[in-house]
Amino acid sequence: MAPNKIILRFSENTSDQPIIYRLVKDYDLVINILKANVNPNKEGTMVLELTGEKYDEGLGYLRGQGVRVQPLAEEVFRNEDRCTSCGACTDICPTSALRLERPSMEVKFDSDNCIVCQLCVKVCPLKAMEVRF
Amino acid sequence: MAIEKTYAEINEKIKSGKAVVLTAEEVIGLVAEKGLTEATRQVDVVTTGTFAPMCSSGVFLNFGHSKPKMRMQKVWLNGVPAYAGIAAVDAYLGATELPEDDPCNNNYPGEFRYGGGHVIQDLLLGKQVKLEATSYGTDCYPRRELETYITLDDINEATLFNPRNSYQNYNCGVNLTNRVIYTYMGVLKPNLGNAHYCSAGQLSPLLNDPNFLTIGMGTKIFLGGGIGYVAWNGTQHFPEIQKDVAANSYGPAGGTLSLVGDLKQMKANWLLGTSFLGYGATLTVSIGIPIPILNEEVMRCVSVSDRDLYAPIVDYGEAYGQRLPSDLGYASYAELKSGTITVNGKKIPTAPLSSYPKAREIAATLKEWLCKGDFLLTEPVKLLPSYRDGIQSKKLEIRNL
Repeated sequence: MAPNKIILRFSENTSDQPIIYRLVKDYDLVINILKANVNPNKEGTMVLELTGEKYDEGLGYLRGQGVRVQPLAEEVFRNEDRCTSCGACTDICPTSALRLERPSMEVKFDSDNCIVCQLCVKVCPLKAMEVRF
Repeated sequence: MAIEKTYAEINEKIKSGKAVVLTAEEVIGLVAEKGLTEATRQVDVVTTGTFAPMCSSGVFLNFGHSKPKMRMQKVWLNGVPAYAGIAAVDAYLGATELPEDDPCNNNYPGEFRYGGGHVIQDLLLGKQVKLEATSYGTDCYPRRELETYITLDDINEATLFNPRNSYQNYNCGVNLTNRVIYTYMGVLKPNLGNAHYCSAGQLSPLLNDPNFLTIGMGTKIFLGGGIGYVAWNGTQHFPEIQKDVAANSYGPAGGTLSLVGDLKQMKANWLLGTSFLGYGATLTVSIGIPIPILNEEVMRCVSVSDRDLYAPIVDYGEAYGQRLPSDLGYASYAELKSGTITVNGKKIPTAPLSSYPKAREIAATLKEWLCKGDFLLTEPVKLLPSYRDGIQSKKLEIRNL
């Protein structure tokens, strides 16, 4: 089974709980932490790869603990300061996550539709599209 | 009696805050509603704007003299070569110049993440830029090499001088081959997979003065977020009225402008280092040109809309590169902006390379400057050739030596 890349967002109340330990111990999941920024009493994020039979139950546990679980797809960012709304990305993006709004001709980015193919990162002339972990 | 206004009369109204200024977008509706004569009577200036990659751009720099002095023969800024074949400590940094060690298209398609345009933007951001120079040493200029850091404030002059900007009109690029191509028109997908165009259309400066009635040498403009001037016609200035094989007219194209201005008063968000995958580095330039409404003819010209203006559709897969005639027709900017055009019977998606929202912002900013009385119009010292002059482009023939 291929590992799923997901992002966990911890509220300040959950950041001091031994949540990853529970995923291993109670749900027998294989975890590869790619990036973590978790501090006591602060909001935190963690990017990880997750595999195992009880994957869905594990996610259910996380949500039960108040941890927001998002697919990594949401982690292509548009740097608003760099983007000029030129539009060069809009017919390259395969899912129309990047599209021109008419008649304003402004480029809109809907991260829900982004599949992190990163074509926009390559073609953006202003290097406004960034992959962040 | 026909309405005739002079630059002096319009400037008096600007100074007293009474000038009526509209953008080239706003004026379309006014002319449609009030008619040409009444609109000409009401409006004094129409502002235009464009914000797009313009490769024929660069900056003349004078670094000041080191101790001991040096006649810089070779110059690099952040590793990007600048042309120093002029007087001591003068150099010209071109927007498309690449670092000596750039892999270019050896790793096809190359990324071209940094070039002359990016150095210009770094200077505007106030960043320290590494200056390296070498020379052969003379009795008056003994130093043979130097390495230091400069900022825009440290150096004497930084004069943006762009030999070819503000294309009157531009091609709509498509790809008839069966492979992806990487061009200065962006990534073009195979078999007519997409179409890219690059013009502000109805807001574009030279589409609003197609016959060069007002824009000429000395015209004061918005350039890079500051003030600039039209220096001359641009290189490859071949103004024409586009025609198809049946001699139907498709509006103006072919004019270009050479622009100049003091880089030190320009803004980093209005001159942007730019990278085209598989093609190269360049500079995205912001230009806004005011058009004084001297008479009804000038007003008629600025009242054009995207429906009246056409881009020629050109195959960049073969015809463009091989200098072959292209016969794919024209697309109006209204069609291009709608998101789909039809080429060879196939509906294909379009995308721009020129930011229309930014063009609108430039035209609005110039309007604001004029309304506040901060910006006066200049009458051209010399008008530029128009299509009536029939300038033909010369081709370079490869001759046997």
